[in-house]
Amino acid sequence: MARAITSARSMVAERVDRFGTEKRLAAINIIIAFSALAVGGLMGVFQVLNYNNIDLYPAVKPVLPGGYYQGLTLHGVLNVLVFTTFYIIGFLTFIFAKSLDKPLASPAMAWATLGVMSTGLLLAAIPLLLNQATVMFTFYPPLKASSLYYIGLTLVVAGTWLLLLNMVLTRNAWIKENPGKRTPLASFMAITTMTMWSVATIGIASEMLFLLIPWSLGLVPGTDIILARTLFWFTGHPIVYFWLLPAYISWYSLVPNHAGGKLFSEPMARVSFILFLILSAPIGMHHQITDPGISEAWKLVHALFTFVVFFPSLLTFFNVVASLEYSGRKRGGKGWLTWIFSLPWGKPEFTTQVLAMLLFAFGGIGGLVNASYNLNLVVHNTSWVSGHFHLTVGTAVALSFMGITYWLVPYLTGRHLWSRKMALTQAWLWFVGMGIFSHFMHELGLRGMPRRTMIGGAPYVLDSWKLLLPFTMIGGLIMFVSAALYYLNIIMTISAGKKGYNEPVPFAKALSGPEDTPQILDRFVPWLLVSAVLILVNYGPTLFNLVTNARFNIPGLSPW
Amino acid sequence: MRDNSKFVGYLFEVAWILPSVAIPVTLFVAVVITAFAVGIRVPTDVGRVDPQALAQTVPFDNPGIREMAPGVYEATVIAQTFAFTPGEIEIPLDSKVTFTLTSRDVIHGFKIEGTDVNGMIVPGQITKVTTTFRRPGEYLIVCHEFCGAGHHLMFGKVIVK
Repeated sequence: MARAITSARSMVAERVDRFGTEKRLAAINIIIAFSALAVGGLMGVFQVLNYNNIDLYPAVKPVLPGGYYQGLTLHGVLNVLVFTTFYIIGFLTFIFAKSLDKPLASPAMAWATLGVMSTGLLLAAIPLLLNQATVMFTFYPPLKASSLYYIGLTLVVAGTWLLLLNMVLTRNAWIKENPGKRTPLASFMAITTMTMWSVATIGIASEMLFLLIPWSLGLVPGTDIILARTLFWFTGHPIVYFWLLPAYISWYSLVPNHAGGKLFSEPMARVSFILFLILSAPIGMHHQITDPGISEAWKLVHALFTFVVFFPSLLTFFNVVASLEYSGRKRGGKGWLTWIFSLPWGKPEFTTQVLAMLLFAFGGIGGLVNASYNLNLVVHNTSWVSGHFHLTVGTAVALSFMGITYWLVPYLTGRHLWSRKMALTQAWLWFVGMGIFSHFMHELGLRGMPRRTMIGGAPYVLDSWKLLLPFTMIGGLIMFVSAALYYLNIIMTISAGKKGYNEPVPFAKALSGPEDTPQILDRFVPWLLVSAVLILVNYGPTLFNLVTNARFNIPGLSPW
Repeated sequence: MRDNSKFVGYLFEVAWILPSVAIPVTLFVAVVITAFAVGIRVPTDVGRVDPQALAQTVPFDNPGIREMAPGVYEATVIAQTFAFTPGEIEIPLDSKVTFTLTSRDVIHGFKIEGTDVNGMIVPGQITKVTTTFRRPGEYLIVCHEFCGAGHHLMFGKVIVK
C-alpha cells in the first residue's frame, strides 16, 4: 500500500516535471484569454443597453473616451482576436504534447511564442485604450489606426507560427521513436489546425506588411482598399475555423470520454480535419459578395466552395452525435432519441460543450445563408451577421472553451471545481441567454437593422425594430449573469477549491481507431499541395488582377 | 466491434453522407437559378474612379437621378462621412433603378430596407446595384459599414410615388 502511494506520488511528480512548460503555458495563455473576455464581454453588455437607450458610456468616459465605437472595437478585438488566439495557443500547446505523450521539442520556442504574442498584445493595447485604433477588429482601410495597432496584431499572428514550427519538430522526433504508428488523434488535429491557420495567415500578414504598416507609418501616401480587403478575408474566413477546430478537437477527442463512451470513428474525424485544411482558405471572398471591384463569377465560385466546406461540419455532426448515442446507450439509454436523457447531464464539462454544439447547429445553417451569393444581399452587414457569429464563435467556441476549463483548471491546479452546480447553471444560462439574444439579432437583421451601429443614437430606428430590441437586452443580461457565475467559479476554484484533484487528461478512445486509419490520413504534405492548388485557382486570377491594377491613392482618415 | 455492427455503421454513414452532399448541391443550384434565370445579381467589377477627381468624373460630377430610358433610371450617389449625396431620391413607381455609388473618403455601406439593394461603397471603386421599386412609399437607406463617430447618423431615403 505504502509502496503504491509512493509510486503514485512519483508518477504525479514525473507528470508535473515532464509537462511543466506546457502546463504553465496553458495556464498563462488561458488567464490572458479570459481576462480579455471579461473586458470584451462587459462591452457587449454596454452595447445591448445602448440598443435600449440606456447609455452607460458617459459614466466611463475617462477610461473610454471613444464611447460606443471604442467599446465596440474592444468587444471585437478582445473577444474574437485576443480571447480566442491566446486560449487556442495555450490549449493546443497542452493538448498536443499530452496527446503525443511527448513534451514540445523546444521549450524556449514555446516561451518565445508567448513572448512575441504578449508583446504584440501590449503594443496593440496602447492605441486601443487611447482611442487611436477605433477601427473594429476588421480594421478596413482607409480607416486609419495608429501603426502600433497593426504592428501589435502582426506580432500576435507571427507568435502563433512559432507553435506550428515547434509542433512539427516535436512530431518529427516522435515519428522517429514510433515508426509506423499513427499520430494520436488530438495531436494530429492540433497540428492540422495550426497548419491551416499558418497557410491562412499569409493573407493578413501580406496586408499588414505590404499595405497597412507602411501606410500607417506614413512611408506611402495611400493604399488600395479592395486589395487590402481581399487579403484580409483570405485570412478572415479561415480564422473562424482556427477558432472552431480547437472546439472540435475537444468534441472529438475529449467529450466522448466525458459522456462515458467512445469516439465513433477516428478515420472520419481525420477526414473532416483534412477537408478543413484544404477548404478553409479558398472561400474567403464569400465575405465580399457585396464588394465592388471583384468579378461576380469568382464570388460564385467561392460561394460554391463554401457549400463544400459545410460537408466536414456535417461529418463532425454525425460523428459526434454517434459518439454521444453510443455513450447514451452504454449508460442504459433506449429508443430513437430518448437515449439523450441517459447522458451525464450533471457533468459540467459535458453539458457545457453539448449545449455549445446545439446552438452551433443553428449557427451553421445561418452561415449557409450568409454564403449563398445573392441571398447574402438580404443579410450582409445587418445584425443577422452579429447574431450568426454569436452562435458560432460566441457559443460553439466560447462556451466550449469554458466547458474545457471545467476539467482543465482542476487538472492544472490540482483543485476540484468549486461548484459543479454553479457551472451547470452557468452553461444553461449562456445557452438560454445567447439563444434569445442571437435569435432577435437575426430577426432584426432581416428587418434591415445594420450591425456595428450605435442604434441608441440612430435617428432612423424603425418601429419593427423597436418591438424586438428589448429581447437583445434580456438575452445580453442573462449572458452577463452567466459570465459572472463562470468567473466566480473559476476564481474560487483556483483560490479555494478542494485539493486532491488527480484525474488524467480525459482522452476518449475510439470505436474505430488508429488501426482503421490509413497512412494517408496521417500526412500533411499531399493535402497541403491540394490546398495550394485550390488557393491558386480560387484566388490567383483575382489577386493577380488586383495587384497589377492596384492604385495606392486612398490617403485614409481617422474620423472617430 | 463485430463485423455485422460495422456494416450497420457503414449504412448509417452512407445514409448521412448522401443528404450531406445533396443539401449543398441543391442550395447551389437554387443560387444559380435565382441569380441567372431570375436575375438577382450581386455587385461586380465595373471599374475604378479617382476619389479626388469626382467633380470632373461622369456621372459623379452630377449626383442625383437621371432617366436613361422610359421607366429606367440611374441614381448617382456619393457617400461621405456622414451623409449620402443626395440624401433623398424620388422615383416613379415600377421603375428600374441602377444605383451608381462611390465614396469620397472611407468605406460606407448602402442597404435599402425592404429591397435586395445591398452594396459596399468603397473609395476608388464604383459600385452598381439595380432593383425595381414595385411598392409606393418611403424606403430607408442605411449606411451599414462603420465609418466613424457619426456612422449611426448616416442614412437616406428613397421615395417611390
